Amino acid sequence: MKYWRTPLDAEQVYIPRGAVRISGERCKGCGICIEFCPKKVLERSSRFNAKGYYPPEVKAGAWCVNCHFCEVLCPDFAIHSTEITPPTARGTKS
Amino acid sequence: MSDNSKINLAPFPNPIDHLLRADRMPHIWCPGCGIGTVLKAMLDAIVESALPENDLAFVSGIGCTARVPGYVRLDSFHTTHGRSLPYATGLHLANPRLKVVVVSGDGDLFAIGGNHFIHAARRNVDLLVVCVNNFTYGMTGGQAGPTTPTGHKSTTTPAGNLESPFNLPNLAAAAGAVYIARWTTLHARPLQATILEALGKPGFRFIEVIAPCPTAYGRRNKMGEALDMMKLFYEKSVISHGANTQDVDIDLDNKLVVGRFFDRPRPTLAERLGIARQGAEG
Amino acid sequence: MTTPHALTGTWFMNGDTACAEGAIAAGCRFFAGYPITPATEVAERMAERLPKIGGVYIQMEDEIASMAAILGAAWGGAKTMTSTSGPGFSLMMENLGLGIVTETPCVVVDVQRAGPSTGLPTAAGQGDMMQARWGSHGPYEIIALCPSSPQELFDLTVRAFNLSERFRLPVLVMTDEVVGHMSEKVIIPKVEDLVVTPRRAPTKPPGEFFLYQPGPDGVPEMPTVGTGYRVHVTGLTHDRRGYPVLTPEVQREMVERLINKIRDHVDEIVMIEERDTRDAEVVIVAYGITVRPALQAIALARREGIRVGLLKLITAWPFPEKAVRALAARVPLLVVPEINYGQMALEVERCAAGRAKTVLIPYAGGRIHTPEMILQVVRAELAALRDPSGLEKGTDLFYRRPDVRT
Repeated sequence: MKYWRTPLDAEQVYIPRGAVRISGERCKGCGICIEFCPKKVLERSSRFNAKGYYPPEVKAGAWCVNCHFCEVLCPDFAIHSTEITPPTARGTKS
Repeated sequence: MSDNSKINLAPFPNPIDHLLRADRMPHIWCPGCGIGTVLKAMLDAIVESALPENDLAFVSGIGCTARVPGYVRLDSFHTTHGRSLPYATGLHLANPRLKVVVVSGDGDLFAIGGNHFIHAARRNVDLLVVCVNNFTYGMTGGQAGPTTPTGHKSTTTPAGNLESPFNLPNLAAAAGAVYIARWTTLHARPLQATILEALGKPGFRFIEVIAPCPTAYGRRNKMGEALDMMKLFYEKSVISHGANTQDVDIDLDNKLVVGRFFDRPRPTLAERLGIARQGAEG
Repeated sequence: MTTPHALTGTWFMNGDTACAEGAIAAGCRFFAGYPITPATEVAERMAERLPKIGGVYIQMEDEIASMAAILGAAWGGAKTMTSTSGPGFSLMMENLGLGIVTETPCVVVDVQRAGPSTGLPTAAGQGDMMQARWGSHGPYEIIALCPSSPQELFDLTVRAFNLSERFRLPVLVMTDEVVGHMSEKVIIPKVEDLVVTPRRAPTKPPGEFFLYQPGPDGVPEMPTVGTGYRVHVTGLTHDRRGYPVLTPEVQREMVERLINKIRDHVDEIVMIEERDTRDAEVVIVAYGITVRPALQAIALARREGIRVGLLKLITAWPFPEKAVRALAARVPLLVVPEINYGQMALEVERCAAGRAKTVLIPYAGGRIHTPEMILQVVRAELAALRDPSGLEKGTDLFYRRPDVRT
């Protein structure tokens, strides 16, 4: 995240970052995760799985804040996010 | 370090896979079906509750929702249509240490199972009942049921449903349930929190979850895909904790009241029989 | 573990009460039922006794719920029972099938009354015998026992529990209103003298155990819920893991195993009693209450010089085919009195396969056959058999002689 100035509480605020893991073979292409991701991280892929469904793929991974909403909503247990632990503390840098 | 730009078609173990019969995945429910989301909420609540997994048992009847126990890696029972509640009653009474969860659909629990529902509630058997209400009999192709809204189309009401649906929370309250709540599947987090809360309470607890059935129900009523239905339910929802259950009839055109309506404990059947053991709450 | 308990002693006891005491002696500690004449007394006795010995009695809202509850409680680890009569028996059929296909041990007592439908609630009938065999849909085998006295009702209820644990299926006790409501001497042995079959516990730990993996005798082991086995029990056609697999191959495998589980062990299951059949020229094949007038008919007949014997069917299902075939090979006439219009008689005729003539003495119900009724038919049919003119020969099971009134 780029800030035009450093926020005063930048040392205390920690915005999580997540990595999205997609189990393409379980996906049924319902599009719920793509629709409801609050950071619009996902888009429908042009590749399809063995059943002919088009799973999502990550289009803007940097925006993922590990909110797990895709994981919570997915009816097929086909997507989840895991936290990316930053190498340095408290991100202000992009 | 993780490359998120490519899809990975190989399976990634899902964090909840240890509670799923992963060898049976992918499950049979349609794309976007609300049942999967409800199951996810239930399993997450179970993990968060830290209840001993071997003390849990799932019981269901017949229908799409009733396929849930088949995918849960706990003691699970897929019984006959409408009879999950007496089966669960027997299971619980023979071993009151078990925490029995009944998960079934609107038709299974309230049409053929209606009589059993009111008696299990009356007795205040220690059961957590999660009813996935998708307004239809999905497994058999979309027939009208006791919760199908008036005027809606189904395979057995091609000219529109002429009957009125149940108000399930009110029915549960009148029959004697001690904890009553309703959410939609898009309210996934409050749903999980409610299930977690209910798991820790004794007695007959009833949670209704409004879920999309795009294939058998939504399609015939021009309600779009699953995510359109979820949005519709969510947008019409009004959260009203403690609402009077008499006022929570579902009106999909106007208002769908959700929330935790009712929490009035009273002695459970196991307590009255003198068999509630080890100070278990349920 | 259930503490063994039996009401040891010599009692003058009502049949239904003896049935309840038999269940308790066999280790039953869960009863779910619904009141119905003439079986209510079984439930009442269980309601009185079970809470005092650490058991659970629950009165369910109907017989469908009763059957469901006893299946659930069986998986919860208890030995379970319900009791009913004709109308309730009909209601239980769907869940009986669930019990059979999930291989759930439990006992169902049908105190038969005159039917069909509401019929004569307070009077005897034997019209549910075929329903006991085929009442649930689909192909399956079942075990049904027929007591003829309160003592037998006690003994056979214990045996029913043992058979249900041994073969992992619901076992039926098919009695009737007269046996259920009569009071006779019942001797209940000491706990240590009772033979009680325990549930077959798993020999493998979770992870290596398959719920429907048959043992060498075709019967699988049964874990108790809550002990970590994480079973999946379904009425859908399933494989040895218990998972639904909806293919014709698995269907055949599952159904054949369920059927062979019983058929391969008929010699162990079938119980009959033969009296005076060695020199018999006619054998009465009877079960349940009808055995008693049959015995008196035999005594009367023997006094007249007619050599009559009795084949008592203690096990009605699986049907004692071997015993009937053996008799049919050397006895020309089999007479079947039953309080219905031909149910077990059909099986007798089938097994006689034309070598012996099978004659039914039907009765609609309400009263039981009298010895004289049976004797009249025996006399008439024997005369017909010996009739050289051939006028009287009839092979129709339902052929009724106009001069014989029943």
